[in-house]
Amino acid sequence: MLEIRNLHVAIEDGSKKILNGLDLTIHNGEVAAIMGPNGSGKSTLSYVIAGKPDYEILDGEILLDGQNLLDMEPDARAAAGVFLAFQYPLEIPGVATMTFLKAAMNAQSRARGEGELKTPDFMRRVKVGADKLGIPQEMLRRGLNVGFSGGEKKRMEILQMALLEPSIGILDETDSGLDIDALKIVSEGVNALRSADRSFLVITHYQRLLNYIVPDTVHVMSKGRIVKTGGKELALELEANGYADYVSDVAA
Amino acid sequence: MAMPITSQTLRREDHLMASVTPLKTSVELALIAQGASVPALRQPAFERFAAAGLPHRRIEAYHYTDLRALLKDAPPLAKAGALAPSASVWDELDAFIVTIVDGHPTWAQSDELAGVSISLKSDAPDDGLAADSVFPKDGDPVVALNAAFVDHTLHLAVAGGVVIDKPIHLRIVTTGAVSAYGRVVVEIADGAKLTLIETHEGAAGALANSVVEIVVGDDSHFDHMRINLVDPQATLLTTLGGRMGARSTVTSGNFVTGSALSRHQVFLRFEGEGSNATISGASLLKDRQHVDTTLVVDHAVPECVSREHFAHVLDDEATGVFQGKIIVRPHAQQTDGKMMSRAVLLHDGATMNNKPELEIFADDVQCGHGATVGALDDDLLFYLRARGLPKAEAEALMLQAFVGEALEMIPHDGVRETLEAMTEAWLKARG
Repeated sequence: MLEIRNLHVAIEDGSKKILNGLDLTIHNGEVAAIMGPNGSGKSTLSYVIAGKPDYEILDGEILLDGQNLLDMEPDARAAAGVFLAFQYPLEIPGVATMTFLKAAMNAQSRARGEGELKTPDFMRRVKVGADKLGIPQEMLRRGLNVGFSGGEKKRMEILQMALLEPSIGILDETDSGLDIDALKIVSEGVNALRSADRSFLVITHYQRLLNYIVPDTVHVMSKGRIVKTGGKELALELEANGYADYVSDVAA
Repeated sequence: MAMPITSQTLRREDHLMASVTPLKTSVELALIAQGASVPALRQPAFERFAAAGLPHRRIEAYHYTDLRALLKDAPPLAKAGALAPSASVWDELDAFIVTIVDGHPTWAQSDELAGVSISLKSDAPDDGLAADSVFPKDGDPVVALNAAFVDHTLHLAVAGGVVIDKPIHLRIVTTGAVSAYGRVVVEIADGAKLTLIETHEGAAGALANSVVEIVVGDDSHFDHMRINLVDPQATLLTTLGGRMGARSTVTSGNFVTGSALSRHQVFLRFEGEGSNATISGASLLKDRQHVDTTLVVDHAVPECVSREHFAHVLDDEATGVFQGKIIVRPHAQQTDGKMMSRAVLLHDGATMNNKPELEIFADDVQCGHGATVGALDDDLLFYLRARGLPKAEAEALMLQAFVGEALEMIPHDGVRETLEAMTEAWLKARG
């Protein structure tokens, strides 16, 4: 279970406050969607959960199964079960995707006090995961994300999530830059990972993604807070009416 | 200005101390004193060195590597007879070994290298004065010093059309706190192929100065590697001078983790059309190491391609210097030259001096250069850490990739893999 309580966050030099007392609880097995206008702090929230160092935490806590993530380094958070699928996955020239995947999986195993994967097991898991997402083996030999299209990068993020088996997967605008076919592949990849002990936080501008990844709860975010919570029908309402109501509510 | 020293004063040792001015440093005086033993044949080179002294910051080519200030000691000239240490990290290479121990070349008599003749000559080495010399015409002091003190020149000649598959491992070793000079001339006749792996090992306090000259014929192929693994308290000065015939290919891959102070020079000239040169290097430096790479690629004829890629990783108080110059002569149309120098600073105390230069006199060419100095990319680091890699491991992976870009230009698989493993070990030792 992920519990965020009264989270106040500014960018590092303190010049601008982005999250203003955000509360959010996501239960095990739940798929929660966060929607909201540009600049409402959605991406910041995802970075703060994952531990990006550019932010100053002014108040509040983020608990994953009772552990306070804010006390942990980003790699420790990953080993504890946090996975952030980046909106803009980074390219790492010179690091073969396979090498990277193995390093990440082994680092997490070590951090959890488990043994490293045997190479044949690792190869088999990668192959199965890649096949499901339509990722050719040739891509796995190339530098991580180097020369990949937007859709390929997003699929690679989902493959990483499948291999790292997080307890909470955060998808930061995973639908941006995807055509409809890629959106379906990525969504199917996510849906295949849904389980009773894994939850998701899906951040998106548009309702379209939620036709494919159907959420249990929808939260509207504005000016750094959750201003409305509802079921999946809330996403349809937002699609029809826009965010104007919520933006003005908070400003008042 | 120091007063020039004439040959008369130098010939009479008793006169020497009286004739030098106090402006010479103690190291220069020691080097000049050593010059008393230089035979007449090599006196001109010695006199050139003695007149100019060690290069300092006001000499442009040595602005960032002021040898007058940085060179703290001129250890005594090495004597013959020392043996090379038997074990080498390169033992697994299937190579024909030629050693130069304390300046003295030795090799096994063998018919393994049919088509290569190996010999010693004692003529005066090129110090930049020869009409067709590739060394700087105004006299490079490091080359002049080498030309003055080198005892015998080792000649390796590959006959025309002969492809030598077995690499020659030129193992240059300095066994103690001595000064040692080595000179190798490699002649590769038309249509021949040779791989030369030049490795440097040196003891603490050693001052080693070696020059490799290559003459690459038409349609021939030469792969060269130069690896500096000398003691962290040693000084190493190396120079590669090369002339390339038509449709020839040269690669030179450089790697440095050793030495307190070193300078690695490359002077390469295209003399025949349609040729291709790839020069790459990686330097991994820490503590107070000072390592200089100086490169001049001279496109003297049309339609040649050169690629230069150098990577520096600098920790602690280390200093890196990259000076790279591509010259395109007036008739060298369709030249394609690209040079890149990239440096990562891992510590506030580290310094990188980048000096890329293009000197283009032709109007139909494609040339470019780039130079970057920076820290590791924070966003990339976060991406790796968000996947579970601890900070040190994430940094090591990024640096391995950074260095790998330069290493992957080395065509010899065994050497490249060994250097990748050395890079990994260096990064691991950083902790």
